[in-house]
Amino acid sequence: MAFRSLATRKTLSLGLNSTRLTQSRALQTFSLPDLPYDYGALEPAISGEIMQLHHQKHHQTYITNYNKALEQLHEAIQKGDSSTVVKLQTAIKFNGGGHINHSIFWNNLAPIHEGGGEPPKGSLGWAIDTNFGSLESLIQKISAEGAALQGSGWVWLGLDKELKKLVIETTANQDPLVTKGPNLVPLLGIDVWEHAYYLQYKNVRPDYLKNIWKVINWKYASGVYEKESA
Amino acid sequence: MATSQNSALLPSQAKFELKPPPYPLNALEPHMSQATLEYHWGKHHKTYVENLNKQIVGTELQGLSLEDIVVVSYNKGDVLPSFNNAAQAWNHEFFWESMKPGGGGKPSGELLDLIEKDFGSFDQFVEEFKSAAATQFGSGWAWLAYKASEKDKKLEVIKSVNAVNPLVSDYFPLLTIDVWEHAYYLDFQNRRPDYISTFMEKLVSWEAVSARLEKAKVQAAK
Repeated sequence: MAFRSLATRKTLSLGLNSTRLTQSRALQTFSLPDLPYDYGALEPAISGEIMQLHHQKHHQTYITNYNKALEQLHEAIQKGDSSTVVKLQTAIKFNGGGHINHSIFWNNLAPIHEGGGEPPKGSLGWAIDTNFGSLESLIQKISAEGAALQGSGWVWLGLDKELKKLVIETTANQDPLVTKGPNLVPLLGIDVWEHAYYLQYKNVRPDYLKNIWKVINWKYASGVYEKESA
Repeated sequence: MATSQNSALLPSQAKFELKPPPYPLNALEPHMSQATLEYHWGKHHKTYVENLNKQIVGTELQGLSLEDIVVVSYNKGDVLPSFNNAAQAWNHEFFWESMKPGGGGKPSGELLDLIEKDFGSFDQFVEEFKSAAATQFGSGWAWLAYKASEKDKKLEVIKSVNAVNPLVSDYFPLLTIDVWEHAYYLDFQNRRPDYISTFMEKLVSWEAVSARLEKAKVQAAK
């Protein structure tokens, strides 16, 4: 398994021209989180080849580019360069969103021998039955939405904290769920970018969506749900 | 465009056919594998055509040319259900015809003159095209397109999301590269920039692009 490396802190000093005390602001940069399981542990639902590429290449690239954008943003803020600050927002949404979403995704998956696929119990199980009738009905709806999404994006099961209900949403590209509503908390996200399934499932995204439920980590989703609905 | 819209068919019978690329499926090896062509043309493109045909049956779109269906269903951005399938059917046929075995190199003649005029140099055009293809986030396409207005006739590099193409903004498309992940994932995995370079160096059919420019100029003159 890859090392878990801590987020590095870089300290930058400000205000050389100011008579006030020099303040330092730390710019936190990000690094690739460990997968909680081996690359091959989700087979046959998701191949080890895909997991390795997805984690080591795609997610890592989002993090690399996110860090770069944050450094540029930091510099632009210090210089008061508003044009650059605004121009960087796209790169931050793409790459920061990619980092957020994939970090959630790795936790949304678990090997079968570690509970992957086991239906949710407790309050989330109850909320699913209340909101959707049954787990099967929820799964069918999420899969349908995921299959129908055109281009690249994610399908989510979220909690609307304000309305206190479960929702199914999709987002385009790497937009995090919060872009669909400030009160939405992601419980479960399924990546439907082609890189998430292509080597194994080719054009048949519905088969990927059918099989991924065998390795969905409902324990994690339940934990988030319990915490956020308290 | 491959349609079975011959005059013997009533509009209600008109449907689109999946036209094969102008070369065998293994002809672009090793730059674009046979496996990629088999899936990309044989599954993705085929599905767009089949679904389009199902969608237009019995509607007023049936009997129109594919280009017309694309423009009509784009509906100024408020797209009708058939837009995605129609545009992707059009885009993919255009894409296969943008490539050839032994492709790459440089254009010549009028096309090269126009590229040098509008981009400064061929190399600068290549830079801009590759950058557009690399920075189209998520799914989409990069294009070289020709725009004729009263003031000006010029070439532009455009990038578009998902199924959108320059027809909908009144451009004449001249060249395209598909940057949906399915276009390159079997051969290049996450390495989109390598795919783009290979496309430019080994696959582009400048003959096709020149022929399209000729047609565009004739149409623009009308």
